[in-house]
Amino acid sequence: MSTTVIQSSRFASDLQDSTSTSRKFRDRFFLGSLWFATLLAVVTLFVLVLTSFLDGKSRLNLDLVRNFPSPFPEDAGIQSAIFGSLWVVVTSGVVSLFLALGSAIYLEEFANAKSKTHRLISLNIQTLAGVPSIVFGILGLAFVVRGPLSWGFTVGSASAVLTMMVLPVMIVAAREALRAVPSSLRDGAYALGATKWQTISKQVLAAATPGIATGSILGVSRALGESAPLILLGALAYVSSNPTGFDSDYTVLPLAIFKYATEAQLEFRAVGAAAIIVLLVLLVALNMIAIIIRDRSRKSW
Amino acid sequence: MNSMLTTIADLQPSGRKRRQQNFEKFVVVILATIAASGVVITTGIVVSLIRPTIQFFGEVSISEFFGGTHWYPLYDPPDFGVWPLVIATFMIMLIAIVIAVPGGLAIAFFLNQYASDRTRRILKPLLEILAGIPTVVFGFFALYFISPNIAAKVWPVGDVGIYSGLAAGITVGLMILPMMTTLAEDAMAAVPRSLIEGAYALGATKREVCTAVIFQAGMSGIIAAGVIAMSRAIGETTIVLLAAGSSAVFTFNPGQPMQTMSSFIGFAGMGDQPTDSTGYRTIFAVGSFLFVITFALNVISRKIVNRFREVYE
Repeated sequence: MSTTVIQSSRFASDLQDSTSTSRKFRDRFFLGSLWFATLLAVVTLFVLVLTSFLDGKSRLNLDLVRNFPSPFPEDAGIQSAIFGSLWVVVTSGVVSLFLALGSAIYLEEFANAKSKTHRLISLNIQTLAGVPSIVFGILGLAFVVRGPLSWGFTVGSASAVLTMMVLPVMIVAAREALRAVPSSLRDGAYALGATKWQTISKQVLAAATPGIATGSILGVSRALGESAPLILLGALAYVSSNPTGFDSDYTVLPLAIFKYATEAQLEFRAVGAAAIIVLLVLLVALNMIAIIIRDRSRKSW
Repeated sequence: MNSMLTTIADLQPSGRKRRQQNFEKFVVVILATIAASGVVITTGIVVSLIRPTIQFFGEVSISEFFGGTHWYPLYDPPDFGVWPLVIATFMIMLIAIVIAVPGGLAIAFFLNQYASDRTRRILKPLLEILAGIPTVVFGFFALYFISPNIAAKVWPVGDVGIYSGLAAGITVGLMILPMMTTLAEDAMAAVPRSLIEGAYALGATKREVCTAVIFQAGMSGIIAAGVIAMSRAIGETTIVLLAAGSSAVFTFNPGQPMQTMSSFIGFAGMGDQPTDSTGYRTIFAVGSFLFVITFALNVISRKIVNRFREVYE
């Protein structure tokens, strides 16, 4: 690269005045700004967690998870939101894992990487990963809540839309996990007379399980924290019972937080902050599981 | 199919083997169908956006939509000038980028050249946690911390209320900071070691290696990362909805409340719009516009990577 060469030749001349204060000063200033940016990120995380904790501390008790939403801030809780989140996240997690695995196996193990189909599907997944989440909400509103499916503002609609949203993340993770399985493992299975599908289902998948598990947990965390598309899918409602099936009304934890944040009475803010702590604890727990799986199964091929 | 496999199967043409072969063919068909689901979803997005958008432009003229500066689509009489949303979207994106791009680059430089292994081991998980914080939590933080303690204090022109584009922009910037860091780090990791060590051998300081070698050689990846950060900032809904309010004012002053394209969609979705109304269809018109912009940015980012990638041996 020509620019690099030109710039590098400057270093030799700089060498003579390497004691010059201006060069030292610039080095220090540069390092200082790097530290500043790094601390900005760390401080943001710290302040964010701390302020939520201080705001919500007074409401962090069992009543919070036992009570349903209420017009009176002192009685307000998040039980229906927790169960709504569980319903939506578990169902969308299972379905998207199934779809992601199928897609990843097809793309990595069967499809010809140079074929048109392969390129079309890969490009599609890339495109989907870049679509803003609110647009998935529009898709859900047009196709699932109303339109052809007309499921209304239900658990099923939310689950379907989150499945579509999380799918690209999971496919990318599953593909990477499959690609990391060494071909010697496949060759060994073939040499013993196994068919292609036997090799994939018994050997490759087993070897790729930790990678797939970590990837899908990350996808599930995405679904658990997602709020924007669910605003369009009716999750911002006042729901005072837990979901009982796919056709139930629902709300989810992120939108309970949203609702408490926008409530006119300031006392609700503490409930919202306490709900944030609950959400963050759930997310940290999920990520701990992912880290444990990753560390336990660290293999070198 | 693996060629060796077929020879083994051919050697033993028993009925069981044939059933197995048929089963394998069946599996491939099932998997291919599942893999097509991504294409189905994308098609679904495009189809769901196009029809109501065409209907919308049958009721509202294109010149009103792209020429007007008043945005009151859910009022009576309505106004459909999209400019307030567009300006707000780009203002908030700009504020976010001013924070996230230099910030992410700086952290990536720090991790790439300065940080010790121990510092990196502490810093990387912290950044991962920050990247995993849900946007609604950032929105809450924007409303109750950034807005009163930062946005209201730093803006020199006029008073900044509870809701402002500034508070939203700052928070969106902090939200995409870890993502920008990761992408910039990946771009920097692709710079060959020999180039970096050559510069050190010539007597360059760490700063000079960062600015003159790593930054230049990793430029395409860094620009692509910046473009992806822009697209993320434009698409962010929840933070903006919580922190910037819901009035679509035509203003260039980020101290004012603002409504972006995505936060309008969220706002309109909060109220139950009657399905067959122009108001309902504005959601789709604005959604199409948003989809086109973010899609274009993602394509540009991919093109930059492919076109300007330096290939080193």
